[in-house]
Amino acid sequence: MLGPRTTPRSRRLRRTLASAAACAAALTLAACSSNDTGDDADASGSPVKVGLITKTDSNPFFVRMREAARETADDEGAELIALAGAFDGDNEGQVAAIENLVSQGVKGILITPNSSTGILQAIADARDAGVIVIALDTATDPEDAVDATFATDNTQAGVLQGSWVKAALGDAAPNVAMLDGTPGGTVDTFRHDGFLQGMGLTDDSPQIAAQENTNGDQTKAQTAMENILSAHPDINAVYTINEPAARGAFQALSDAGLVDGVTVGSIDGSCAGVQAVADGEVGATVMQFPNEMAALGVKAVVQYAANGAKPSGFHDTGAQLITDHPVSGLDSKDSAWGLENCWG
Amino acid sequence: MTSTSDTTPTRRGATSATRWADLARNPLVGPLAALVVAVVAFSLITDTFLRPANLSLILQQSVVIGILAVAQTVVILTAGIDLSIGAVAVLGTIILAKVGGSHGPEVAIVAAVVTLVLVGLVNGALVAWVHLPPFIVTLGVFTAMYAATQLYAGSQVYPVDKGILTWLGTKLSAGGLTITTGVLAMLAIYLVAWYVLSQTAAGRHLYAVGGAPEAARLSGIRSGRVLVLTYLAAGLIAAVAAWAALGRIPNADPNAYQNANLETITAVVIGGTSLFGGRGSVLGTLAGTLIVAVLRNGLTQAGVDNLYQNIATGVLVIAAVALDQVSRRRVQT
Repeated sequence: MLGPRTTPRSRRLRRTLASAAACAAALTLAACSSNDTGDDADASGSPVKVGLITKTDSNPFFVRMREAARETADDEGAELIALAGAFDGDNEGQVAAIENLVSQGVKGILITPNSSTGILQAIADARDAGVIVIALDTATDPEDAVDATFATDNTQAGVLQGSWVKAALGDAAPNVAMLDGTPGGTVDTFRHDGFLQGMGLTDDSPQIAAQENTNGDQTKAQTAMENILSAHPDINAVYTINEPAARGAFQALSDAGLVDGVTVGSIDGSCAGVQAVADGEVGATVMQFPNEMAALGVKAVVQYAANGAKPSGFHDTGAQLITDHPVSGLDSKDSAWGLENCWG
Repeated sequence: MTSTSDTTPTRRGATSATRWADLARNPLVGPLAALVVAVVAFSLITDTFLRPANLSLILQQSVVIGILAVAQTVVILTAGIDLSIGAVAVLGTIILAKVGGSHGPEVAIVAAVVTLVLVGLVNGALVAWVHLPPFIVTLGVFTAMYAATQLYAGSQVYPVDKGILTWLGTKLSAGGLTITTGVLAMLAIYLVAWYVLSQTAAGRHLYAVGGAPEAARLSGIRSGRVLVLTYLAAGLIAAVAAWAALGRIPNADPNAYQNANLETITAVVIGGTSLFGGRGSVLGTLAGTLIVAVLRNGLTQAGVDNLYQNIATGVLVIAAVALDQVSRRRVQT
């Protein structure tokens, strides 16, 4: 990839073919003429530039998102420029990335915002410059600060986890430990609230024995679970914000010899997480589809470049319950299906 | 400017070969040449890089790290290092936002400046008077300040109302060029730091304390006081950086700028200032800051993946330190 300058020619060719095909298909519409009279980047026949800005480079979720965006961009004859913040919370890095992308003439920017409010000004400036901005995975606050949001309905994902845990407990009275993410995080709050909703509980229910913040980190989750277990050895259900937290919880439960009789639920759908479901370490997980978010995003930008059509609103990219212990009334797929469709 | 070891005026009648040697030894030459090469290269590779709007963008993107890098430079010139500077600045943004919300922006600015200068005083006192290694002192202060910031912020993000708290983000247009007051503030700080370091006795003392501590002591320089004042100044500069940060992103986030320490060290090192103290200049640091920003911006324009940009920055840092070592050896022989 160090030689990206070797590829534009073939991309340009593909882009030309793609736009010709699009024009042929849309012959009756004004799309082609508006394309021709569009800005000079299109007139010169260079590929549509799509920017992708993830929270970080390293998280497998974002790696999968970037790969899917690149594949879709290649298929569509567009050029993908992938940037990222340096760490969770790197607003400055994401703002600079937005500015640099606008400066080089991208048609659209797909972004997983680190902060749902910190980058609103940069997004507004980009939209003023005629670039469409689509939030992936994490919504902005307010949500209409971007043209559209393609993301998991995290409340719904939490509800699925909670409903499965409740059903898996059967007649047993729940005694719940909650391994949360980061306090104040929007996704974290949605999942937490969704789980309680699925369990039929509220934040002050006595059935919640303990709650700890883990930042979604396996090591911190293990420590938190160890501490919870030493105070409440009778825990029988565990909520986890994500799969690394679930694996941390499993490690603590297994060290304490309490694996049997404790139901662990999770969310994410990474291959490691689904493998943990297959191995029986985690009872169920809820799969997200980062590749779907990226593919839809790239297509929306290409569409916008072709005919000026802007996407709008919230698009739910779906959440699928994965478990080898299906319960009645809840649609689920087994871990074999999960391993075929997982990310990371 | 040049460091003390390079201030011998060119001898009258010196051969052109010696002049070239003098020039090559000037630690400013490398960074400036690298900056020029990068700018020319990106102007040729991409059609968008050289646009005035893009160039002013690079300046705006350099403001926060650029200001913090001045603080890092003065500390490194004393043969120290400040690992706390980024976390301290983040604490400053939270103070500005929270106190600004409850007591008004003027009070907030005073509160932020006083707090951050006090933190600088603690750093300086521990280094100068308790004789602890700067690395350890600032590492400890970094850890404590990061946690204190999280506690004070309640792990929340504070949006900042417009007004003087975001004043350093005000855009000024001249021709096709748009810069912010933050850019002007950054350049002003560089100018002041350059003047103090190269044209005043205090500046000379700072170089002496860093480059030749024993000689400085024997010549009657009160090293302890110089060190304390240096860290104190670093705290003050961090407060300005915090203010500038709100101009750039009107949002105080306790999780922001986690890599600021390393980014300032990167800028200082690429700018030719020696990590061993006593040698280098703030103008080099300005060049170093701009080189990193130009690389980020230019490589993005050229469509190069983020991770390759990091590799490029890393290679540049190592190359800069290698250059410092080589020229140091040449000076000694």
